Amino acid sequence: MMAFKQAQWNEPLIIDRSREGVVGFSLSSPENLPADVPVGLLRKKRPKLPEVSETDVIRHYLRLSQENYGVDLGIYPLGSCTMKYNPKLLDRIAASSKIQDLHPLQDVGSAQGILTILHELSEWLAEIVGLDKVSLQPAAGAQGEFAGAMIMRAFHKQNGNLEQRDEIIIPDSAHGTNPASATMAGFKVVEIPSNKEGCVDIDALRVSLSHRTAGLMLTNPNTLGIFEADILEIARLVHEAGGLLYYDGANLNAMLGKAKPGRMGFDIVHINIHKTFATPHGGGGPGSGPIAVSKKLEEFLPVPTVERDGDRYYLDYSRPNSIGKVRSFWGNSSVLLRAYAYILMMGREGLEEVAEVSVLNANYLARKLSQVRGLELPFPHKVRKHEFVLSAAKMAQETGVTAAHLSKRLLDFGVHAPTIYFPLIVDEAMMIEPTETVSKQELDEFIVAFSKASTEAYTNPDVVKDSPKSTSVTRIDEARASHPKTMQLTWKEKVRAGRET
Amino acid sequence: MREPHPYIPNSSRRVKEEMLHDLGVDDVEALFDDIPDSIRKNSALNLPPARSEMETKVRVEDMLSRNFSTRDVVSFLGGGVWPHYVPAAVDEIVSRSEFLTSYTPYQPEISQGILQSLFEYQSMTAELMGMEFANSSLYDWATAIGEAARMSSRVTGREEFLVPNYIHPDRIQTLRTFCEPAGIRVIEVKQDRRTGALLNGDLQNKIGSKTAGVYIENPSYLGFFESNARGIGEIAHEKGALFIIGADPISLGLFASPGEFGADIAVGEGQPLGNHMNYGGPLLGLFACRGDRLLRQMPGRLIGMTMTKDGTSKAFAMVLQTREQHIRREKATSNICTNEALCAVAAAAYLSLMGPQGLEKLGKTILANSRYAMEQLRKVDGLKVPLFEAQHFKEFVVDFDGTGLVASKVNAGLLQQGIQGGICLHEQFPELGESALYCVTECHTHQDVDRLVAGIKKILEER
Repeated sequence: MMAFKQAQWNEPLIIDRSREGVVGFSLSSPENLPADVPVGLLRKKRPKLPEVSETDVIRHYLRLSQENYGVDLGIYPLGSCTMKYNPKLLDRIAASSKIQDLHPLQDVGSAQGILTILHELSEWLAEIVGLDKVSLQPAAGAQGEFAGAMIMRAFHKQNGNLEQRDEIIIPDSAHGTNPASATMAGFKVVEIPSNKEGCVDIDALRVSLSHRTAGLMLTNPNTLGIFEADILEIARLVHEAGGLLYYDGANLNAMLGKAKPGRMGFDIVHINIHKTFATPHGGGGPGSGPIAVSKKLEEFLPVPTVERDGDRYYLDYSRPNSIGKVRSFWGNSSVLLRAYAYILMMGREGLEEVAEVSVLNANYLARKLSQVRGLELPFPHKVRKHEFVLSAAKMAQETGVTAAHLSKRLLDFGVHAPTIYFPLIVDEAMMIEPTETVSKQELDEFIVAFSKASTEAYTNPDVVKDSPKSTSVTRIDEARASHPKTMQLTWKEKVRAGRET
Repeated sequence: MREPHPYIPNSSRRVKEEMLHDLGVDDVEALFDDIPDSIRKNSALNLPPARSEMETKVRVEDMLSRNFSTRDVVSFLGGGVWPHYVPAAVDEIVSRSEFLTSYTPYQPEISQGILQSLFEYQSMTAELMGMEFANSSLYDWATAIGEAARMSSRVTGREEFLVPNYIHPDRIQTLRTFCEPAGIRVIEVKQDRRTGALLNGDLQNKIGSKTAGVYIENPSYLGFFESNARGIGEIAHEKGALFIIGADPISLGLFASPGEFGADIAVGEGQPLGNHMNYGGPLLGLFACRGDRLLRQMPGRLIGMTMTKDGTSKAFAMVLQTREQHIRREKATSNICTNEALCAVAAAAYLSLMGPQGLEKLGKTILANSRYAMEQLRKVDGLKVPLFEAQHFKEFVVDFDGTGLVASKVNAGLLQQGIQGGICLHEQFPELGESALYCVTECHTHQDVDRLVAGIKKILEER
């Protein structure tokens, strides 16, 4: 196994490098302030920003970058996050002045290149998910969910029964954004349990469906990585009850060219561009979350959409029943441009290979890791898709080493930890998605790391519990970190003993 | 069997066979056996075939070459996205792949770099806005107003939100989308047709015991300042409503912050701070507030500075997560998960380079450049510039009514001369006549402005 030691610069806050009069900018022609500017509009108190040189700034942030782990450094197997390799070509293309220096409101005649790209991408995304029409507007997956839930709202409103249809059904294994987005769109959330197979409990679904059902939000494969084999029956039941089916696209990677959500019966789909289509996640964003809908819901899509008239591309606002806008302008264009280049390069066979190898890798890893002492794979006879969830409950019981401890120890071995304690239906859950872009050697090294941590848990558990030691900082107490007495939110703020929690 | 792919190491035949053997299956297809046939057989992709990297690059760059950027034409467009110079050091920092290719920092010990950068961003945003706290980003200005309205309603238990009527069309539409399902009514307050100032009488008529928040912008969408911001805030507070101010951060080195005007919540667009225009996205939603009562209702991620468990060093982590969707699910303050973290890092790097002096100097430069443009345009017969009698920054309305020309025709004429004119306002604000919103920043030279003036004169001569 590689010896890992993350950089430890103990880098101070940039404000603590500040020295009066030092500058990091070069601006031509200093201008005096005109005398007629009302004093009441002028800033009285200078902002406490650093006074540092360009060299200071570069060194500071490059040191910080060395205290950060990214996909370019190694496996990043966070479940449902699809942390795949981000091809360098995409960054090169997105650095062009021909995208960076475009204004969203410039004459469409001077933006035909990007509009062509956005239009073609819309059509490809519709084809990939098997639906009819796409809006590229939502800024991220959760915003796609919000837009989708607003479309459900508009659909039922048009049918005159929005007041009655005020519930959205969501399985207990769903991503947290699902219930949050449904609530934001004004719906009540009805949670249904999973069955013994880790899938939607059809009987529970039947009981929950009623004249109050606006729709069902589902991810397929689900967060356990299991394909909901009853999906056609689920779709039939929801549609018969008068509801719509929403597909959370976080887990789309394994479905590329294998199973289109539209063919499963879904009416609305959001697509996480920054997951499935290999655009970088930037430490939390920007992403992009286009939505696709079936024909009967097209009229409700956000405005504008990119349309084509012969050889000419334009922005179309003529959608009187639209839900309106969910953000400004058209979407995260430079992220979408990257996805366009990715799909263009992968082609149909490349995307299908993505699905196959992501599933192969997940099943291989699931098989091997379930043999590690103290770890169990719930629903062991089920084939997995892009991800799987292990339980460390046995280890926790036998050694006191929990999923949280284990994940910290993995960091010491130079690999990123899985998502932990999600989904909520698995005890001591460790949710793992290797993606198609890791090699077998990396998978094997990851398995060795897990095995080593397990051996330690059974022989010397304190080593695991006291980890990590190889990272830029040692273990952070997250409870303490959220306690107002021991945490501050800006560099100006003093830690205040009296603040309420 | 397909060719091995450069991004998919295990696509090589030998490796794949080895792994399949370990799994005890002959074919990868066996791993998809649980998907019903009726779905499988209709799911083949009708997409173009794969291309090489070189072919892809050439094709995409050929398509992009059909765009005209602000380097190809002189552009006077602003209105929510503005041309500002991005220092090379900022692009360098955000292209570091340790930042670029990292996820949300769920494991803080191995993600200190992004966490500290975002903490610094929060600190600088709070400073600029004159507020106590800032979150680590929302999607854009428009969604930040939407979140502010919903937060105001949660905090006050009230259901009306007041906004000025001269507001960006995307901001008002987004705000309405956010408010409608929460049962919040968005009410527009009239502004003076001459000065742009919020009409006190109309405000007094519309504010009341149902008002959750009063929102204004300084500088406004149309570039003018509201001179009575503080007074409006006092009225809002008297009625028990929150006071929310939207601001252009690039103005805040020189002009008063939302905090100085008495705001409880400050929002704005962070794109000017080291982020490219990128045809309208990604953007950067600024969101700041003050007081613990508001902090608890804040949407989005917060990064806190704390200590390691052993007390040996400072450390950063995501904090107060019990407001967020992954913990609270349907009870969360917002559904936001993925945000605009890398744009926030760009803003932190940008503000570090500029410092308080640079930002003030830049404000003066923009003020001077936009004043030069107004002065030169004012000399053209029939133009009223600026339309509103108020202090302006960066943007201003040009009124073409006196020329007998419609604004869209002026833009068409300018485009023929390689100039992109301002945003035509007639459709949204018919009462403003044939007018357009022009934007002049540090990126515009006097020659650019002179070209614009000559271009308009030429159109007028040919009228």
